[in-house]
Amino acid sequence: MSGNNVIGEAAIRAGCRFYAGYPITPQNELTEYMAEHMRNAEGGVFIQSESEVAAINMIAGAAAAGVRVMTSSSGPGISLKQEGISSMAAQELPGIIVNIMRGGPGLGNILPSQGDYFQATRGGGHGDYRTIVFAPGSCQELADLTMDAFDLADKYRTPAMILADGMMGQMMEPVIFKKPKPRQYPEKFMLRGAGSGKSKFIRGLLLDPVDSEAHNWKLARKYEVISENETRCEEHRIDDAKLVIVAYGTAARIAKGAIKRLRSHDMKIGLFRPITLWPFPEMRLRTLSEKVNNFLVFEMSTGQMLEDVRLALQGYADIEFHGRPGGAVPTPAELANVIARVYEQKD
Amino acid sequence: MKGYIFIKKELCKECGLCVHFCPKDHIIPSKEYNAQGYHPVCVDETKECNGCAICATMCPEIAVEVYRE
Amino acid sequence: MAKIVFKHPESLKENIFHYCPGCGHSIVHRLVAEVIDEMGIRGITIGVPPAGCAVLAYNYFDVDMIEALHGRGPAMATAIKRCLPDRLVFSYQGDGDLAAIGIAESFHAANRGENISVIFINNAVYGMTGGQMAPTTMLNQRSTTTPAGRKQAVDGYPVKVSEIFSQLDGATYVERCSVSSPAGVNKTKKAIRKAFQCQMAGLGFSLVEVLSLCPTNWKLSSVDSCKYIDEVMSKVFPPGVYKDQTGQSGKTAEARP
Repeated sequence: MSGNNVIGEAAIRAGCRFYAGYPITPQNELTEYMAEHMRNAEGGVFIQSESEVAAINMIAGAAAAGVRVMTSSSGPGISLKQEGISSMAAQELPGIIVNIMRGGPGLGNILPSQGDYFQATRGGGHGDYRTIVFAPGSCQELADLTMDAFDLADKYRTPAMILADGMMGQMMEPVIFKKPKPRQYPEKFMLRGAGSGKSKFIRGLLLDPVDSEAHNWKLARKYEVISENETRCEEHRIDDAKLVIVAYGTAARIAKGAIKRLRSHDMKIGLFRPITLWPFPEMRLRTLSEKVNNFLVFEMSTGQMLEDVRLALQGYADIEFHGRPGGAVPTPAELANVIARVYEQKD
Repeated sequence: MKGYIFIKKELCKECGLCVHFCPKDHIIPSKEYNAQGYHPVCVDETKECNGCAICATMCPEIAVEVYRE
Repeated sequence: MAKIVFKHPESLKENIFHYCPGCGHSIVHRLVAEVIDEMGIRGITIGVPPAGCAVLAYNYFDVDMIEALHGRGPAMATAIKRCLPDRLVFSYQGDGDLAAIGIAESFHAANRGENISVIFINNAVYGMTGGQMAPTTMLNQRSTTTPAGRKQAVDGYPVKVSEIFSQLDGATYVERCSVSSPAGVNKTKKAIRKAFQCQMAGLGFSLVEVLSLCPTNWKLSSVDSCKYIDEVMSKVFPPGVYKDQTGQSGKTAEARP
């Protein structure tokens, strides 16, 4: 199955029953997959919304009504959704936002890129909140992490993001869909009409600073718990590595290919692959720097995750950077040449 | 038809709509204060209320209860 | 033994309105609550307030409510209604919320024929933020951002929401009323009830536009504000039924996906 379709199928299997989205390359296959398949899922609702803005607000409404929800877009559309994501965080509503990244900034282009890391992990909306961000590295991970994202969004009552890119969206690989976990989402958080009881309301506006400060700290504590429990990463050929590449998503796939080539020339190179970009696996990375002194951050951008790597390593190791922004995607061979040059300098 | 009204003085914000729209001139301004700092309206006992409820229909604050015989 | 013919609606909480003296919101809130009481639908009603003076509507309506971002109420209401089709879902909006920042969401909810009800409070100005020009501000009307009055050359024209939305095939019932007189208030209540009945019968999108007084930002007394609506606003925004297909059998709601 191709990546965009995998996300759609995983979402439906995970119980997603409301999808709203607006066409934007390179994720249209996902919107179209939902259009075709959501209607067949019992109770499923698909709306092609009038804009990305409308879509995020629709999924917020459906989330409040107690349904598992998803929207998807690419960079420019995700920018449009930021107010809505901030509001979902404030109102503690679960929902999945999929970003199939393309070249930026602005209209950019429609090629794969990783220029939305800041947007995903630093807000990108207003206020003190975080979004759980998954960076899948394969079609199998697109399936697994999409399903996990629904579970975590429910567990913590917060929006979660799948951060992929145009390459991953189009990539075709075999996938095994795991059995979804049954949903555990208390009714008391759902807005379905007061019935014969007390009415309730969901809001993010807290005019009294006592209330709004308390709410912000409550959210901050939630994010601490998420950081402690939900951080994920992969360490690939690390044990004897003298140089460790730090990369995620498609960049990590390319890096694995490059490492394979370089290892066959006896270069001791490994890969540290964050799988959650927020929470960023800084503790694991810091621990790794106790035995590895040289890191090379590779991103399809001008350097965004680079800042998190610097924060994590706090000057305890040397960090080099290689970036290809604007939709440029190197081959494993091209990347291998770059890595080799860095490796030789460090020797 | 006869009626009478009960004005919840603490809710009145002195907007004057009831005074203006009452067909019987039964409601008039007053000089007393309520806790919100407004002069709540009061009834003019010399005029009759016919229970038409126009005052309550217009009152934004739902400050008037209307009773009819 | 006298019996009470007018009292506080059950579906409204006892809180004192934070709205200004003479504000149309207060009147319309009461009417909506009365209609909910009379139709017996409090338990299945879900309301979506705007960003604007009525952002705190959940402090007044004793029904389930969810805050929407500015202008996005109809998008939220659309989703809620699609997920819970047997609930009564309404979006309550002001000028900026519906006709400026939210124009796409309101237009497209109407265009898709979403089975929701929109209550649109038209007071020709932006109330909560202190009286700036709204899409509905009339030509030559002063506001804080049109201190010399709205000029068509630079500020354009007032938006006639009921006229525009009645053109959409997806809209079933569109009426404009006003709360500037007892007769107007009664008509507004009837229109709100008709809109809710339209929804409960699954007949599609309903919109009630209410010409509402804003004495504070118009810098008029409440009584003069009523005159302003009757003598000035009603000429630019004539009250009336702009669309009513509730009687047509061809306009039954499809089974919603």
